This record gives sequence, C-alpha cells and structure tokens, in this order.
Amino acid sequence: MPISKEQVKHIAGLAHLKLTSREVSRYTKELALILDYFDQLKVVDTEGVEPEKERVGEALILREDKVGSSLTQTSALANASGGNGEYFSVPRVIDK
Amino acid sequence: MPLSQIPQIPYIPYMPDYQDMTACQIAEYVKAGRMSAVDIARQALALAQSEGHNLNAFITLCEDKALAQVATVDKKVRAGEFVAKRASRRTGNSAEISAGALAGVPIAVKDNISYTGYPTTCGSKMLETYIPPFDATVMERLIDAGAVIIGKTNMDEFAMGSSSETSYFGPVKHPLDPKLSPGGSSGGSAAAVARGIVPLALGSETGGSVRQPASFCGLYGLKPTYGAVSRYGLVAYCSSSDVIAPFARTAEDLAVLYSVIAGHDMRDATSLAGDHPDYISCLKTDRKFKIGIPKQYFAWELSCQVSPVLNQAIESLEKAGHEFYDISLPLTNKAIATHYIIAPAEASSNLARFDGVRFGFRTAGETDLKQMYLRTRSEGFGDEVKRRIMLGTYVLSAGYYDTYYLKAARVRELIRREFENAFKEVDLIITPTTPTPAFKLGEKLKDPLAMYLCDVFTVPSSLAGVPAISVPFGTVPAADSSLKLPVGVQFIAPYMGEKALFQIASILEHLKE
Repeated sequence: MPISKEQVKHIAGLAHLKLTSREVSRYTKELALILDYFDQLKVVDTEGVEPEKERVGEALILREDKVGSSLTQTSALANASGGNGEYFSVPRVIDK
Repeated sequence: MPLSQIPQIPYIPYMPDYQDMTACQIAEYVKAGRMSAVDIARQALALAQSEGHNLNAFITLCEDKALAQVATVDKKVRAGEFVAKRASRRTGNSAEISAGALAGVPIAVKDNISYTGYPTTCGSKMLETYIPPFDATVMERLIDAGAVIIGKTNMDEFAMGSSSETSYFGPVKHPLDPKLSPGGSSGGSAAAVARGIVPLALGSETGGSVRQPASFCGLYGLKPTYGAVSRYGLVAYCSSSDVIAPFARTAEDLAVLYSVIAGHDMRDATSLAGDHPDYISCLKTDRKFKIGIPKQYFAWELSCQVSPVLNQAIESLEKAGHEFYDISLPLTNKAIATHYIIAPAEASSNLARFDGVRFGFRTAGETDLKQMYLRTRSEGFGDEVKRRIMLGTYVLSAGYYDTYYLKAARVRELIRREFENAFKEVDLIITPTTPTPAFKLGEKLKDPLAMYLCDVFTVPSSLAGVPAISVPFGTVPAADSSLKLPVGVQFIAPYMGEKALFQIASILEHLKE
C-alpha cells in the first residue's frame, strides 16, 4: 500500500515528531517499502481467530490493596527538566 | 651462613586469572577465600576501561558501587554468610548452596535496565542524563547473589536494532574484527563477555536481541519464557514481548545466572508465578530428546551459509541417541511482518512518555508547549526510533488498525498455536539462530527491511512467548577475510521449558569437546 508525503506528515503530527522535508521524503519511501512487506499477512486466514487476551493468562496474581512505600517527592522529581524540585514545569499555556 | 640470614622468599599464593575462569569457578574461589573479590573487580574495571573502550562496549562504568559491593562480598565471605559449595554440601544445607551463587563475579548489564546512582540511557540522547530513582528487580537479585556490577553496556537505541549501531553513543565493535557488528540490540553485553572482560552479562530480548549477538560472538544466550524474569525496571519497548535475558560462556554459567534472576515478582503484573526447578543439578542428564526440525527454517535461502554447523550439530546429537523428526511451522515466514507491526505499535505507545517534562532530555529555550514536545522528541530520538514510532502510529491509526495491528495480533495467536501443536510431538525444536554469521558495520544500516530480516529465526518464538537458547557450536569462514566466525544453534522449548534448554546446551557443549 503506497503512503503519501501528506500521510507521513499527518502521522508525524500524531506522534509528536517534527520532521524535516528530507526526513519526510526518506520516511515516505521507507515506510512504503515496509508497509508493502506487511501486505503478505493478507493471505493468512485468520477467520474466527481472536488475539490472545492475556500474555500470562491465569497465572496472573493480584497484589493486596495495601498502602506501601513509594518514591519521595525529591527523587520522583529529580529527573524533571525545569521546575525547582517541587513540581514539574512546562512552558506557559494560559495567556497573561 | 646461619639459617636466619638467608633472605626470605615471600610466599606468593597461586592466583588464577579470573578471565580464564567460569563464573561458577570464580564464585567458588571467592567463597573459599582463595581469590579476593576486590582484586577481580579492579581487574575487570581496568579491562572495561581499556578493552571495553576499544569495543565501545560500555556506556557507563560503575566503579564506586562495584568497589562497595566487593567490600560487602568479602565481608560476607569472612562472616560465613557465603559458603563454598564443598563445605555446604557436607552440612547438607541446600539454602547455603545457593547463597552467594555469584559471589565476586563481575557482570555487565545492558543500559536499559535501571540501576540507581548511574544513568540508564537506553543508548539514547533522550535519556543521556536520566538517573533512575529505583533498582530493577534483577539488579537487586544479582547484588543479593554477590555479583558485582561493573558497568552498563552499549546497545541499539531503545533496543531498536539488530547491530548495536543505532546507539547515540556510537556502534559497538565485534571482538574478533572491529569492522564487524557484534549483533544487537544487546551488542555491548555480548562484546564484553566475548572479550573476557566479564564472564556474564544481562541483555534484553524483544525479537532476538540476545540470541543473535550470542550467535555472532560465540556465546550462550537465553531468551526466557515471557514473564519468567521480572521486567520491573526494564525500560519498556514492546511490553508484550520484552524479556530480560542472560549471556554466558558456558551452559552452567547461563543456568546459574538464570536461576538468580528468574522468579515471581509482585512489582511486575506480567510476572509468572510457579516454582522453578533446580537448573544446575539437572544439567547432567541421560535424557534422550525428541527434536523437531522445522523445514521452513532450513528452506530459507540465506541460511545455507550457516547450515554446515547446523548439520554437524544434528549429526552429533543423533549419534548420541537423540531423535529427530521433520515438523512444519508454516507461518514462520510471516513472523517478521507480524513482529514489526506489533513491536512498533507498542513502542509508539510506550515512548509517548518521553516529552521533556518528567524525565530525560528537553529542548532548550522553547516557549510554546506543543513546540517544546515536538522539538524535544525530534531532537532526542534517533532515526530508527523515529521510524518505528511512525510505523507504530500508522498501524494503530484510524482506518489502518484492523488491516495491520489487529491482523498481526491474530497471526501472532496462530503462530503461538503452531508452536503449541509442534510441542505435542517433540520436546525441542532445532533451528539456526541467525541466517548469517556477523555482518559488517554499516552493511544493513541504510536498509531497514534488511536489518529486520536478521531476526527471521528468533522472532517466531518471541511472538509465541516460549523460551529459546542460542548455543555456540562451530564457525564458518568469513566472506572476505581469513577469519572464522562463530554461529549459534538455536533450540526452542515449550512454555517454561528452560530446564530442557540448559540440558541440551550442556549436552552439545560436551559433544563439542
């Protein structure tokens, strides 16, 4: 299935990626080849086959609903860009 | 001359070189007080700095914590908490036999496994400065067993690649020839073990990222049953296939490392409950296996290069009394398409968390929120990661979900059933691990599809969630040099069938000798 440059730009937008025009051209070509390769699945008869729901099925164990220890605020925020260690910060989104 | 005047010759105890020893031997020597864990760690760190640097195998060395760990190990040995096997067998205390199973053993760990105090980069600019606030469960288990974490190894960015070339920190080089790739995505771990810097390493697998480099570097590599090893602390790529996976130079070492890391963990909701057998004591066996030869894996035109090694393995095993049966796994050639729809789909979702807010890289000086997200992700991710995020987003997007993602999920279920049926007839399945020996750096980098096809023999079992092992068994001549390159033989077992994999690996190891 061919894919257009417009579609590639649309997908990049959905994925929050900003592509250069060179990247758009390259990915358009590469994704077309890869998607073309995926087409071979069309011939597999999957009528009535349901995807596996749980990878580990009945072996799943639920933990007790009990409060346990967790990260401190300092360590949870230590890797955040910006902020002063007490909150996450992002560029302003509300007009002054 | 009176006796007292003869100069004393200092007594130098025989000190074996840890590089020539297996992990089991090192642990025994350390526990018996015949080798110092501190000395071994210092040697390993020095080698990682010199040899490891030449191979670009490590992203970070963990010197401070490694030296603190060895001090603890030596203290536990002196306090009698880690007891040598021979001594503990006499007392018949089985708990003591496993205490300190990896005492003083230097180990390298792939840089997508969380370890406090050092960056966990995933080979990406996005996480170049990210320091995890918690340890992965496997790290806790390694340290409890006395292992010494030497460093974090280089890898394809976010484990997306089969050559360890997509790393932000540059490609890993093959220990036999710097022009070759050691395989990937766990190439740094494989190179570090193959060069003898460490006897053991952890990597991670999604579609062959440990078995393929194990094959290329002449090592033992295990892909455990999905869920058998806790994924807590492993940075997610494709959550329905990801597994933490061990490398070793002998079958026994592999079994020991696996015994240490396997087992249920409440912190991973997909972790398997249930007991594991004693993988070490069952290594020696008289069991004769029924082994299936799937014709689809052997019909592959590419695999003729590695088939002499395969045929030799089959012949040796047949002579030793194991039986071979022709079996059929018709969907084998659909596995790559299936995997490369499902894995990017999950990756596009898993990697959505990298937006420059909570952790990792953030672009400088952007005052608009949306633009900050876009620029952060575009500057922080490399080519292959972007390609897979794009692919994944596409196959999950409106109008294409049924055609691609749902179709692939259904084919995956059929592939799982194919294995289930095959294992009604046979105990194990034998295949090549890879269609070729190690290829040149750069050879496949410009052709994504050619790179994806490297995984053709490892992806089906990853999709099915069943365990598989790559066993080094021989070499084939390199295409354009006088080098002989290792290739692995792969065995696939039913769900939770690791015991049989270690046994067949051990059998083959002895047949090779």
